[in-house]
Amino acid sequence: MKLVSEFRDAELGRALRHEILALIEPDREYRLMEICGGHTHTIYRYGIDELLPEQVRLIHGPGCPVCVLPMGRVDDAVALACEQDVIFTCFGDMLRVPGSDGSLLDARARGADVRVVYSPLDALALARRTPERQIVFLAIGFETTAPSTALTLLRARAEGITNLSCMCSHVLIEPPLRALLDSPEMTIDGFIGPGHVASVIGADAFAFIPREYGRGIVVSGFEPLDVLQSIQMLLAQLAQGRCEAEIQYSRAVSREGNRRAHDAMEEVFQVRESFEWRGLGEIPLSGLAISEAYAELDAERRWSVPGRRVADPVECQCGEVLRGVLRPWECRVFGTACTPERPIGTCMVSPEGACAAYYSFGRYRRGEVQA
Amino acid sequence: MRARSEQLITAIVSGARSRRSRFREERITMAHGAGGKASQSLIEGLLLPALADEQLERLADAGTIELAGRLAALTSDSFVVKPISFPGGSIGTLAVNGTVNDLAVSGARPLAMTLSLILEEGLEASVLGEEIEAVARAARHAGVRVIAGDTKVVERGQADRMYICTSGLGLVDERCRASPSALQAGDLIAVSGPVGAHGTAVMLAREQFALEGDIESDTCSLWPAVDALLESAGGELHGMRDATRGGLASVLNELARASGVGVLVRERDVPVLEPVAGACELLGIDPMYVANEGVLAAFIAPAAAERALGALRSVPGCEQAALIGEVTAAEPGMVLVETSFGGRRVMDLLAGDPLPRIC
Repeated sequence: MKLVSEFRDAELGRALRHEILALIEPDREYRLMEICGGHTHTIYRYGIDELLPEQVRLIHGPGCPVCVLPMGRVDDAVALACEQDVIFTCFGDMLRVPGSDGSLLDARARGADVRVVYSPLDALALARRTPERQIVFLAIGFETTAPSTALTLLRARAEGITNLSCMCSHVLIEPPLRALLDSPEMTIDGFIGPGHVASVIGADAFAFIPREYGRGIVVSGFEPLDVLQSIQMLLAQLAQGRCEAEIQYSRAVSREGNRRAHDAMEEVFQVRESFEWRGLGEIPLSGLAISEAYAELDAERRWSVPGRRVADPVECQCGEVLRGVLRPWECRVFGTACTPERPIGTCMVSPEGACAAYYSFGRYRRGEVQA
Repeated sequence: MRARSEQLITAIVSGARSRRSRFREERITMAHGAGGKASQSLIEGLLLPALADEQLERLADAGTIELAGRLAALTSDSFVVKPISFPGGSIGTLAVNGTVNDLAVSGARPLAMTLSLILEEGLEASVLGEEIEAVARAARHAGVRVIAGDTKVVERGQADRMYICTSGLGLVDERCRASPSALQAGDLIAVSGPVGAHGTAVMLAREQFALEGDIESDTCSLWPAVDALLESAGGELHGMRDATRGGLASVLNELARASGVGVLVRERDVPVLEPVAGACELLGIDPMYVANEGVLAAFIAPAAAERALGALRSVPGCEQAALIGEVTAAEPGMVLVETSFGGRRVMDLLAGDPLPRIC
């Protein structure tokens, strides 16, 4: 806990805030995007947005793995969960994500055996313990979680376990960032880079942002001081006319990344020709599937899934929120028809989703409440 | 312009939240038992309209009824905790303390309780024997008699080892003026001890997380704490509730809503034991939402608050009682937290269920 509390020191936070104020030009607006949902959560959880001057606007990016899953994918998961003899395992965040005919939680109330796990290794352990059942693991997440899925499947193969399979919905971080940067709506001045993804793929994987798009990026840790310092570093780049890929989260991130994790992913996954993203549509070469060599561990090959493309509900504006065009509360159903207990869109489900984070933590009339 | 429309939206959302929840589900999910928003919609949208009773509508921990010129408090509770024993307690201790505490925070001195057992075929007799001993011990300690009971056995697989249902009867103390709807702006908020220990202890006892910690449940009778508060603050004690399912955060939300006031909590002043804080950090759970079985929150007029805190701290087990925040007139129905980092945020009811079957 000591290790963590040092990165939550309010005194140091105030010092950083002063440095940030000194870097701000009074008439300019600074639009900074935090790519990762973990940062969105930290920002609201600690009230960081409240510590920033009004000209610094934080825009929530597409880096919440639950939020970017399209509805059709949830339907596929529900279909697998309803297969005979299947124990369907996933992270807790996924349970309440609405598909076109209910969520995994609804499927469970109707009789499907859906269980929450905290790691793909829990699913592997369940497969060992229950050889008479088929264990399906729904794998989601960016390069952060993909290595642990890969290592689990490698281990399953090594142990000769045949009743485990994986519904692979892993995605890659670079393609959606390029889609954002190529978009005519793009007005971002700099990026707070995803620390956990970068610990796997290395900070150099983000060098294309300054090189090709002329925007700075600072790879950030997840404690409040990390995020504040990254904002300060980005503003310093802008003030000094620099444009670089820098590392704030140096205690975990290197320039090159983690070779072993990378090798495991290469072995187990292959890049899909195209993958549908919620709000961003089909993006070529942006998703991972189980490779041919591990085909027998692929749940989508073991059973057939509907694989239908389901349009988002018309009233849902998750797409605009995920692209940073709308702020959460600007969505037309925010907080009224769409709430964490009855979400319409994915951004309202995961605690890393921009809408859920804002609804749960940020929704009060600022300035009116004085301590 | 931007700020105004954000304010408009928050006002609309606050309006929507303050209305009574509707219940529109097709089936019961685990979230309906979690003490958060889904539970609220089940209670307000299905149970209250059908049962229509003004005592029930108060949503207090116990209902009151006049008997022979005295005000009696009656409560009901059930226990499905898994596993049935854990460091610091077991289903038997919980059944007594949970029942007694619902009476205590209603300002009632516990007198008697009933005990209904639902047992799964195959349950070891020694386990049942131990739990009944635990009930007897906890009842003696809390000064409450077990005066009626019932036993049912169901086929293997139709229940998980054993469940306990209770009712509790007490007499409302004449010093007590507290009610869930009597909080006033300016009241200071006290908690009787460190939060989050019970839920964390049960969670670790499940051995689901490959985590070990030296954490014991806080289960205990709260009547001595309530007695001390009533003696020191009397009518200045405006409200109290034990922070069970859904934790301190849920209790603060419930009472803010019932009284139509706001609540501001200083995160750094809320006592949390170091191992509890560590385990919660690793699991990504906020201890403010973790269940307690022997911690109450009390709302006290400012003039009496320090006195009440002193009295509370002299009660064994409440040495770490602390003042953690205040009731405000702004933002009715809403709980705000001043984070340890210096920012501010909302602390809402939970939508889902991080830890099922904790009591």
